[in-house]
Amino acid sequence: MGPVIEMREVSKYFGSFKALNSVNLEVSKGEKVVVCGPSGSGKSTLVRCISRLEKHDEGTLEVLGSILTNDEKTSRAIKSKVSMVFQQFNLFPHLSVLDNLILGPTKALGLSRKDALDRAYMFLERVKIPEQADKKPGLLSGGQQQRVAIARALCLEPEIMLFDEPTSALDPEMIAEVLDVILDLAKEGMTMVVVTHEMGFARKAADRVIFMDEGEILEENTPTNFFKKPQTERSKLFLNQVLNY
Amino acid sequence: MNFCIRLFIVSIFLLLAGCSGESGNWGWYVIDPSTKSGWTNIKFLVGGFGATILVSLLAAFISIILGLIVALPSLSSSWILRSCNRIYVEFIRAIPLLPMLFWVFYGLPVIFKSLGLQVEIDAFWGAVITLAVSDSAFTAEIYRAGIQSIAKGQREAAQTIGLSYFQSMRYVIFPQALRRILPPLANQFIYIVKMSAFASVIGMQELTRRANEIVVTEYRPLEIYTLLIFEYLVLVLVISFGVRWLEKKLGSNESNMN
Ligand SMILES: Nc1ncnc2c1ncn2[C@@H]1O[C@H](COP(=O)(O)OP(=O)(O)OP(=O)(O)O)[C@@H](O)[C@H]1O
Ligand SMILES: [Mg+2]
Repeated sequence: MGPVIEMREVSKYFGSFKALNSVNLEVSKGEKVVVCGPSGSGKSTLVRCISRLEKHDEGTLEVLGSILTNDEKTSRAIKSKVSMVFQQFNLFPHLSVLDNLILGPTKALGLSRKDALDRAYMFLERVKIPEQADKKPGLLSGGQQQRVAIARALCLEPEIMLFDEPTSALDPEMIAEVLDVILDLAKEGMTMVVVTHEMGFARKAADRVIFMDEGEILEENTPTNFFKKPQTERSKLFLNQVLNY
Repeated sequence: MNFCIRLFIVSIFLLLAGCSGESGNWGWYVIDPSTKSGWTNIKFLVGGFGATILVSLLAAFISIILGLIVALPSLSSSWILRSCNRIYVEFIRAIPLLPMLFWVFYGLPVIFKSLGLQVEIDAFWGAVITLAVSDSAFTAEIYRAGIQSIAKGQREAAQTIGLSYFQSMRYVIFPQALRRILPPLANQFIYIVKMSAFASVIGMQELTRRANEIVVTEYRPLEIYTLLIFEYLVLVLVISFGVRWLEKKLGSNESNMN
């Protein structure tokens, strides 16, 4: 069985600025990859290319067996099979928690309202906030909102989950509740690419850690080795900054 | 609001002074409802409300739809579509209402005729078309600003849960933008009502035209134009009361949105 994500020599430009520089990456089914690196190193751009929020300019990108070109049709092939969780949650503020969850299943997957609701309740249980179902997202705490966002992504029953700094916008006391939910998912075998600076999470959950700088992947390592003996000067420097703060 | 009330009270005093004064500066008899001719005049003047309201409502309705059609290309990623929007908005916005009214009323029929089309444009439709088109440039900008004010993350989230462009507009962007679009749109309606006074010059029997006609026969401009101003004042106050109510209603929704 081949990898579910395969990037070969993928580059991405913003104007003349090269945000991704010949990135090669393979992620196999069930694997958990943590991506870290300094600000502006292209981590978000990487996951956004995989979820088709950005188009890549060079190289080939294959996700779930479909080669993704910048033709809209190819991204439809992976529609709703790749889900994404954002730093800023991006819940729909005008809809209740429940309506946030059933929007994708009913409109994009064509599920009946009843089936979508069953699914929504199931995933709300999973993220441990079934009692908030009828509230507007604005009334929830940051940690709760992010868990709703995770449930919303799960409601599409995706094969790959992408997380872009899911805890960076949270108050410290709420980080654990969100990481716990992600950790549970990891244990259940979900394929995940997680951009995060939570090195404790990387240690616990990651099969592999990827270190990026200036649009390039500088290092790929197991978490144990990455923390014990990082291979590049820049990853050493980065780890010092993140761990010793 | 406080200021409005004070202004209102001052105006009432001025009017009362005019009514009771024997100096002859004021001649309220022209619209004194206790006399037969005064009553006829009042009925004639107030009879303009219907036309003013109808023209304004129709023009606003068309402008709301036309504005949306004009606004949509401005949200496109294609620069050609975006420039179509810009050209329309800048061009229409630059034309003063009165010349546009003349052009539509006197000029457009000539174009139709030269095309061999038998289309008549009467004062009513001339006014409706002109008001709607000139206002549409503004409503288009209101739509554009409202839609663009919705954070980019909303569209992206909609995309990652598999919604198509139109679905994300329909279920995610537009419902949120509407809360920001409705109050300025309603405000725009006030402008339409006031601008509809221009329709008097092409002979439409609305409030202003009727006032002019009585002024010509009675030669009492002060009293009649004072009444005219109050007629508009009442109309606009009613609308702005509605706008307030709308804003409050949407505002209380907004507060538990974020
Ligand atoms: N839409 C855009 N237009 C122009 N430049 C962009 C755009 N998005 C990202 N960039 C640039 O590309 C580079 C990589 O951005 P990216 O968001 O991927 O970094 P990041 O590693 O996620 O950083 P952070 O940790 O701050 O989130 C940055 O220098 C950024 O300024
Ligand atoms: Mg980022």
